[in-house]
Amino acid sequence: MSDLRELYQDLILDHTKRPRNFGRLETANCQADGYNPLCGDKVTVFLNVENDVVNDIRFQGSGCAISTASASMMTESLKGKTVADAKTLFARFHELLTGKSDQLPDIEALGKLAVFSGVKEFPIRVKCATLAWHTMNAALSHQQQPVSTE
Amino acid sequence: MKSASNTLARETQSSRKMASFDVAKVREDFPILKQKISGKPLVYFDNAATTQKPRRVIEAISRFYSEDYSNIHRGVHTLSQRATQAYEAVRCKVQRLINAAEEREIVFVRGTTEGNNLVAYGYARQQLQAGDEVLISGLEHHSNIVPWQMLCDEKRARLQVIPISDAGEILLDECEKRLNPRTKLVCVAHVSNALGTVNPVGKIIEMAHRHQIPVLVDGAQAVPHFRVDVQKLDCDFYTFSGHKLYGPTGIGVLYAKARLLEAMSPFQGGGDMIASVTFEKTTYNKIPHKFEAGTPDIAGVIGLGAAIDYLNEIGIEAIAAYEQELLEYATDAITKIPGVRILGTAPEKAGVLSFVLEGVHPHDIGTILDQDGIAIRAGHHCAQPVMDRFGVPATARASFAFYNTKDEVDVLVKGIRKVVEVFG
Repeated sequence: MSDLRELYQDLILDHTKRPRNFGRLETANCQADGYNPLCGDKVTVFLNVENDVVNDIRFQGSGCAISTASASMMTESLKGKTVADAKTLFARFHELLTGKSDQLPDIEALGKLAVFSGVKEFPIRVKCATLAWHTMNAALSHQQQPVSTE
Repeated sequence: MKSASNTLARETQSSRKMASFDVAKVREDFPILKQKISGKPLVYFDNAATTQKPRRVIEAISRFYSEDYSNIHRGVHTLSQRATQAYEAVRCKVQRLINAAEEREIVFVRGTTEGNNLVAYGYARQQLQAGDEVLISGLEHHSNIVPWQMLCDEKRARLQVIPISDAGEILLDECEKRLNPRTKLVCVAHVSNALGTVNPVGKIIEMAHRHQIPVLVDGAQAVPHFRVDVQKLDCDFYTFSGHKLYGPTGIGVLYAKARLLEAMSPFQGGGDMIASVTFEKTTYNKIPHKFEAGTPDIAGVIGLGAAIDYLNEIGIEAIAAYEQELLEYATDAITKIPGVRILGTAPEKAGVLSFVLEGVHPHDIGTILDQDGIAIRAGHHCAQPVMDRFGVPATARASFAFYNTKDEVDVLVKGIRKVVEVFG
C-alpha cells in the first residue's frame, strides 16, 4: 500500500476528481492532440501564447488518474511562464519520472509537480504522466502530427 | 421423456466431473503459479491474453530439443524421421481436438492472426471483386477486422458489420439482413475476447450457407474453454492460437475444409510448400504442406501437442464446467461492488469478465490490483470498436482458466474494493 499511496497521493487524486483548466480554450493560438494507444488516453492541449509567454492554457480529453492529474497540474504550473521556461520545466519533470540523469531532480524548481515522483516506481505509468507534457511541447513547436506515446 | 432423461444424465455426468475436478492438483502442474508478486501470491487473471504453461509443455519442448531435434520432412536420417513423426502426430491430435474430418485440413500457422490473414490472402483475395462485401460482427478482435479491411481497400470491396446488442450479443436478424449476393465471406469470433459472449456461430453459419457464403470462425477464445466440433458447426474456416491453449507462443492452427484448401493460393512461397521447382514453373505441394513454407516452428508444434494431451487428460468438459462455475461466482461477487458495471451480460459467456468502475480509469484499477499480485488486463483489448459501442475508452478485464480458484476471485474482489477506497 505504501507504494500505492506514493503514486496516488491526495493532491493527485484531487486533480483527478476536479481537473483545473479543463475544457477548450477559445483564444488558443496553438494546440496539439496526444494519444496513448496503450490505455486509450486522449488529450488536447490548448495554449494562448503571446510575446513568448503562455498567457493561458487549458486541456480536455479522457484518461487515467495519473494522466488527468498531470495535465491539470501542468496547466497550473505553466500559466504565465515563458515558452523557454515551459520547456525547461518539461525537461525537469521528465527527469523526475525517468531519473536518467545522475543528478538529483531539482525538486524546488518543480514545486508541486514533485508529487509525481512516485510514478518512477511504476515505469509503465510514466507515459501516462508525461502525455500532456509531450502534447504541450508539440503544440508549442507547432507540430501537425498528433503525439503518440508509442 | 427422452430429453428429460438425457438432461438428467448430462447433469449427473457433469456433477460427477465437477466433484472430480481437483484445482489444487492442477495448480501443481503450473510452475509459474507458485511465485509471489510484490510479496503476494500471484493471482493470474489475464488468461484471455495468454495462458500459463503446464510443466508437461515446458518439458516436452526441452526434451524435444535435447533428444529428437532435427529439421522435418525429406530427411533420411533417424533424427529427421523422429522429428517429422512427432510433428505430424500433432496434426492428428489437433484434428481430433476439433473433430476435423481429415488430418490434411489442419494447417500450422503462427497464431490466430496469421490464420485469418492466410484466409484473407489465400482465399478471399481470389474471390473478391470491386463492390463485393465481407461481413464481420461488431465485437471482433482487431485481428478479425484489419485483414478484411486491408483486403477490402485493395479490392474496392466493402466491409459490413453486424451490430451487437447492449448485452454484447450479435443481432441475428441484423446478420440476416446483411447477407446478400455480394457477400463473399462471413468472419465471426466464436467467443468475444473483450466481453466473453459465446456467439451463436452455428446459426450464423447456417444462415450464411443458405446463401452459399462460406464462414470463418475465429476460435482463439473458444478452444481453450469448451469442446469445439468443426464438422458439427460446419464452418469453412476455423482459427486458433496455441499460446491461449496452454501451449507455446508462435504456433496456431488454421482449419479449413479440404476442398477450399485445395482451391486456395499459397500464402508464402518457399521450401516445403513445393512438389517441384524449375525456373519456369513450380508445382505446389499437397495440402496442408502447400501452406507451410519454410522450416516451421517445430518445437512449437511439439509443445502444442503436449498441451492438447494434457487438456485431454484433465477433460475439456470438466474444464468447461469448472470455468463456468468460476465465472458465475466471479460475476455475482463483482456485481455486488458498488459502482461496478459489467460489460457483456449475454446469458452465454465463457472465460471473460469485463468491467468498469465509476470514476476510476481501468489503468488505475490494473496498477492497484498489481500491487496485490493480481494480474488483470486494462485497456481496449484490441477491440476498439467494442469499446466505442459501449462508450468507454477501456475496460478492466479478468479472464479465467481452470487453474484459477474461488479464493483468487475473493482476492480480486477485495482488491477492487481497495481501488474504491483509494479513489474514495
